[in-house]
Amino acid sequence: MPAMKRIVAAAAVAALVPAFAVAQDAPVKVGVVSFLSGAAAGPFGVPARNGAEIMFEMLNAGKVPAPYNTAGFGGAKLQMNLVDESGGTTTQVTEFRNMVQRDNVDLVIGYISSGSCLGIAPVAEELKKLTVFFDCGTPRIFEERSYKYVFRTASTATMDSVGAALYVRDLRKGKIKSIAGINQNYAWGQDSWGDFEKSMAVLVPGVKVATSQMPKLFAGQYNAEISTILGAKADVVHSSFWDGDLEAFILQAGPRGLFKRSTVILTTGETAMYKLAERIPDGVVIGARGPYGPYAPDNELNKWFSSTFQDRYGVPPNYAAYQMAQAILGTKAAWEKAQAANGGKRPSDDQVIAAFERLTFTSPAGKVEMAIGNGHQAITETAYGVTKKVKGKMTIANVKRYPAEMVNPPDGMKAADWIANGFKK
Amino acid sequence: MEQLVAVLIDGIIYSAWLFVAAVGLTLIYGVMKIVNVTHGSFYALGAYAAASITGWALRQGMPEGLSYAVLLGSALLITLVVAPAIERGILRFMYARDEVVILLITYALFLVLEDVIKLVWGVSPLFIAEPYGLLGSFDVLDLTYPYYNLILVGVAIACGAGLTWMLGHTRTGKLLVAVIHDTEVSRAMGINVERMYLITFTFGSLLAAIGGAFTAPTVSVVPGLGIEVIVLSFAVVVIGGLGSLPGAALGALIVGIVRSATVHYLPEAELFVIYFVMAMVLTFRPRGLFSLAEARKI
Repeated sequence: MPAMKRIVAAAAVAALVPAFAVAQDAPVKVGVVSFLSGAAAGPFGVPARNGAEIMFEMLNAGKVPAPYNTAGFGGAKLQMNLVDESGGTTTQVTEFRNMVQRDNVDLVIGYISSGSCLGIAPVAEELKKLTVFFDCGTPRIFEERSYKYVFRTASTATMDSVGAALYVRDLRKGKIKSIAGINQNYAWGQDSWGDFEKSMAVLVPGVKVATSQMPKLFAGQYNAEISTILGAKADVVHSSFWDGDLEAFILQAGPRGLFKRSTVILTTGETAMYKLAERIPDGVVIGARGPYGPYAPDNELNKWFSSTFQDRYGVPPNYAAYQMAQAILGTKAAWEKAQAANGGKRPSDDQVIAAFERLTFTSPAGKVEMAIGNGHQAITETAYGVTKKVKGKMTIANVKRYPAEMVNPPDGMKAADWIANGFKK
Repeated sequence: MEQLVAVLIDGIIYSAWLFVAAVGLTLIYGVMKIVNVTHGSFYALGAYAAASITGWALRQGMPEGLSYAVLLGSALLITLVVAPAIERGILRFMYARDEVVILLITYALFLVLEDVIKLVWGVSPLFIAEPYGLLGSFDVLDLTYPYYNLILVGVAIACGAGLTWMLGHTRTGKLLVAVIHDTEVSRAMGINVERMYLITFTFGSLLAAIGGAFTAPTVSVVPGLGIEVIVLSFAVVVIGGLGSLPGAALGALIVGIVRSATVHYLPEAELFVIYFVMAMVLTFRPRGLFSLAEARKI
């Protein structure tokens, strides 16, 4: 009988060993979510998807420069499960549940819209699925509650707004008496304007808000809003418009002289500056939501990423593509750190999460620190500059860079409180 | 004073855009009793065709001054290709069905056409901004407006006046009015109602395509362009009364002016003001401001 037990045990072990080997080498199924249709697809969703395609393919082939020159995630190949972000928050929650419960993805990387992120974060927590937001900007996600399974590898809208305020203060040097805003009426637009307005109140005491326009998302027609802003005669006009709304605003505001009458800041302007180069005059302040695109550092990783992207798609990567690459590389860094701590074996979700918290990693945009939101929210430096045509070609001039700690709140402090406190802890 | 003038000008420009986008919807409902969601697709198709064809023609060296004619021609071309095919190929088999079924069919077609647009043009935005700034600008008090906005107003007036003249003074128009009043009696009197349906659907869709074509120079032409328009168009025609031409004009004017005034004086209310107006009108006039009287049928 003991002999029989040994045989059964040996058979069981023999059966399990291949199973373990399969589990160790099994591909990492990654749900990738980005806008593939709708107004946000062209300027954001598709470049982000393209960034993911390049990264997945090159990582699987082990062709990404150091420190990411190992294949896949810790040797396990990556498998992409691509989902369209359009359709609204309810649709996205359903799609997320499908990815997790039906397609059994190992983790999810995605989401451009702040509305999507606010809707998905609690569901990711409920389903205990590692989820990495790559682009959405609202600071509310980690300010309103803590998450174990949710990370964001791009900075929040606070960085964009504080950086914009610092930049225009220096650009206009004491010549700002009033500001105006045109932002989309949902989390992203409201938060962006709120942080910008509060930052300007601190940086330029006594500054007046001439008007704050909040048209609905994808409204498309802005004649009345532009008239109101023109009539308000503000020195500075702030807009966090993105997607087709940003492009329509540029097309409609240009012929009406808004860019000449006021200093206009487009915090996501980088996504439109090449396409609409002829419609954007010199002197418009352009943001890229961080050190991406024209503001990306001159390092090997960036040279490789921008040239690979350009070669394949015929256009330079915009910030959405950079942010997607950043999220994938951040997750790889966390995964492999966890795997190394696990004796080289495939890490569990909890191990990856522990490794991800407060991780510092490098992306094509330079150093990324998961420094706030209890180690779940990234901070990076940011940069702003103004448009300048050189021989008919769009360039960025007068670039100023702001260190991460200067434009992001410290850990545990709400952005609004940090700004109101004069950017002090 | 300056702000009041701006409210009026902005309101009229917005009304003109809305009217051109919505008037075809009310015409199709009036004649065919179809709540046509596909209308938004024709708006988008008009914009895409205009951006593609006008952009191509300009690259071939066409004088920029001709671009307005090409915008119009593009709308006509895409409508003549797509609208009759949809009406003859799909809708005519559905007329005997319930109105709700036809509404769902047009919604399905709307979704299909959205994907067709993505298949043909991709998801990257198209731009055809040249016509917008070509004519220069004029100043009203301290505000600058491109002359192109006057073209939009002109297109709206031409559409409204042309449609009124056509319905009142041409044989086809008079036949359409007969069909609007009573399809069965019209058929009994020998009117080829099916032919009237084809003409109406094509002409109504053309108006949507013209709206899209003349909007294209002011926006980024992207997938989903027709969604926002169809929602607003429904609000306009419901306020005016489904099937009423003067109703669509008044509905567009009310929505345009009210929205413009809200943006200028109370911008935080802009998001809901159009639907507030719609709710108020429907509270007191459940069939819209210009609803047609209907004889009770036994």
